[in-house]
Amino acid sequence: MPILSYLALPRDGSMDRLCADLSAMEYCEIIPADNQEVVVLVTDTPDEQTEKILQETLKKLPSLHSLSMTFGHNAE
Amino acid sequence: MKLDRRTFIKSAAASSAIAAAGSIFPGISFADWKKQEGASGQISWKKAPCRFCGTGCGVLVGVSGDRAVAVKGDPNCSVNKGLCCVKGFHVVQALYGKDRIRKAQVRKGDKMVEVPISEALDLIASKIQETISQTGKDSVSIYGSGQWTIPDGYVASKLFKGCLGTNNVEANARLCMASAVTGFMTSFGIDEPMGCYEDIEHANVFVTWGNNMAEMHPVLFSRMLASRKRRSDVTVIDLATRSTRSSQASDKSILFKPSTDLAVANAICYEIIRNDWVNWDFVNKHTTFHKGKTNIGYGTEDHFKFKDKPQDITFEEYKEFLKDYTPEKAERISGVSAMDIKYLASLYGDPTKKVTSFWCMGMNQHVRGTWINNLVYNIHLLTGKISTPGNSPFSLTGQPSACGTVREVGTLTHKLPHGVVMNEEHRKMAAEIWDVPLANIDPKPTYHTVEMFRALDRGDIRFMWIQVTNPMITMPNLNRYRNGALKDDRFIVVSDVYPTPTTDVADVILPAAMWVEQEGMFGNSERRTQHFDRIVPGPGETMSDTWQIIEVARRLGFEKQFPWGEDEYIEKIWEEYRRFHAGPKHNMAPYALLKKRSGVQWPFVNGKETRWRFNAKYDPACKPGSDFDFYGKKDGKAWIWARPYEPAAESPDDEYNFWLNTGRVIEHWHTGSMTRRIPVLHRAMPESYVEINPEDAMDLGVVTGELVKIISRRGSVTMKASINGRGVPPRGMVFVPFFDESYKINEVTLDAFCPISKQPDYKKCAVRLEKV
Repeated sequence: MPILSYLALPRDGSMDRLCADLSAMEYCEIIPADNQEVVVLVTDTPDEQTEKILQETLKKLPSLHSLSMTFGHNAE
Repeated sequence: MKLDRRTFIKSAAASSAIAAAGSIFPGISFADWKKQEGASGQISWKKAPCRFCGTGCGVLVGVSGDRAVAVKGDPNCSVNKGLCCVKGFHVVQALYGKDRIRKAQVRKGDKMVEVPISEALDLIASKIQETISQTGKDSVSIYGSGQWTIPDGYVASKLFKGCLGTNNVEANARLCMASAVTGFMTSFGIDEPMGCYEDIEHANVFVTWGNNMAEMHPVLFSRMLASRKRRSDVTVIDLATRSTRSSQASDKSILFKPSTDLAVANAICYEIIRNDWVNWDFVNKHTTFHKGKTNIGYGTEDHFKFKDKPQDITFEEYKEFLKDYTPEKAERISGVSAMDIKYLASLYGDPTKKVTSFWCMGMNQHVRGTWINNLVYNIHLLTGKISTPGNSPFSLTGQPSACGTVREVGTLTHKLPHGVVMNEEHRKMAAEIWDVPLANIDPKPTYHTVEMFRALDRGDIRFMWIQVTNPMITMPNLNRYRNGALKDDRFIVVSDVYPTPTTDVADVILPAAMWVEQEGMFGNSERRTQHFDRIVPGPGETMSDTWQIIEVARRLGFEKQFPWGEDEYIEKIWEEYRRFHAGPKHNMAPYALLKKRSGVQWPFVNGKETRWRFNAKYDPACKPGSDFDFYGKKDGKAWIWARPYEPAAESPDDEYNFWLNTGRVIEHWHTGSMTRRIPVLHRAMPESYVEINPEDAMDLGVVTGELVKIISRRGSVTMKASINGRGVPPRGMVFVPFFDESYKINEVTLDAFCPISKQPDYKKCAVRLEKV
């Protein structure tokens, strides 16, 4: 049951799009910064397989420029 | 309140990401996070200004049950935008020191005995009555500080000035920013900075005058460095008497000999005029030229009196006066090279650059503190670099409400909440609002702080109530004033949160509520009033300083003037106090708005804060049709002063051959009575030390950690040497931080003061050193 957090940076001009994309995805919660183009993303998935699929999906998001992990936890 | 493990881990994950973002993107704000966390049920977050310095950083205090458990920067507060310094991040721990004073104590024989607080309050009231009946109204006094909340100071002034009829009201802000006040009053006729912290994001050049902002105002210093990092056209100049962390982070460090900033400032003005960098349009429309008395003394003797006598002069006479301050002549006085003086003048004089000057204790704790404030204003006035975004002469403060409580409420002997006791109209206003007879308010000021403690020593004052401050550490020439307080027929009441050297001299100790254990307001350096709620209960019988004064006032028969209930008194006091400042020059925000926002700047007019005063674009108090209006002066014009260089009260000689300079460190606030009880801060800086120049240390045969005795004509202190530490004084100077009560450096300092502001000079006296 992994819980991870990331700093997500949007591609130029895509902050709103990135927030919308991430908010729409299952297992994802976001906290957008209100004065800079940075989004905190917290993911909470039921198992490692789901986590892997989610990460693949995240990598393909056109609005996402980069994703830096800041926290990881996996309760067995 | 229950929190499941998974929610807790998710919260930790989000916290981790937010912390990482904070370190990568300075100033980043996640306002929504506060709401989400609050909703999680684990912790609730309440806004407050930080308890410590005068910057006024907004913090969010995390509360779990009845206990403050966490703190973080308030992203909604424009002062710090979510940042905090090392003290701010640990501020809530200051509430929970093991030796917190929880019960009232009364001296019985040689011992302090715990008593119910009501018994202590009865004793205080009866002692005030007894003292007044035996030795007159001016033998009782109250001494507070810039740590008083606005309501604390207001009720103190109302009781002592309005009801008891004595002007024996002073505050330790006299020791830290009185020269800033007299600087403003003499140059502009009205107190407090014209600019705001937003100047930091607009300025191209920062000159810090004797101000180690990296340690004393670290959040503002970070904003300054962040501005430099973001833009390619920002220069920071550190102009100081010793090398510090601020010098290291600046683009250029310039050292001057103690007290010679007066010569440097005059030389900058000389150069500005010589190169015709004067903004003539501004100068002709908005300034006039003046001179005052010279050779004005140092106030080291009891009953010292001084009154300046301003005279009008012409620009030509001012220009003639400056001929004594060519860069070359100023170099000989100050040790600053003529080239560096010309460089500074070129920065101030360049019309394409916006310049902000910052200062704090270096200019204010100065026997010519008022003068050096005037002279830095001169530079900004000559170039017209004032009252516009980024162009700001900016006097910072060291205490959380030095401006709010001492300067605005007027808790100084000559002041009233609006105006001064000497002015009949101002007394009439106070008498009407306070509901006291006009005759109650004495038109004559009594004692400024140093003279008040001298009066206590002499016996002219017999009763003193000290709240929220620690004068038995902070008074210069301390031995005299401690001995005075200990004399048999003196009665000293101390309201505080921890035992200190000041509670050691008390006959009654009252347990005070601290910071967010009470409701109140502070006022910071940029005219921002910041409200905080009572967020957690205080321990034992602790009581707010405001309520202590109200209780005593009622015992003295002043129920009519202090009628409020415990659930409403802060709101009622605020709305009464606000009447003093009604009008476009100083209107304060209503209570409901203060409760809602993380600070509101005054003048607050028609629902808007005023960021730059005296500029008609921003300040509704300016005359219609004007561009600038310095309305503190009758003709709307600011004063440019001819003030000469004069030396310090005591300079090194053959016997006492070093300058002693004192000050602070980043880890500790003021006398350390709170921060030394925060384990992480205490461990980081466990004791004070004496900084010695490496070459002087070699001459003395001293290495870091060895003991050195610092001896003056007044006392001595022995402490460890620090060589090439965070600060390095020039040859012939030592520096000692004053936070550590184990090393009372003020037993060594001199009680000389600026004759105009009456603020002592803690930065300059003569000492000799002995290796122990």
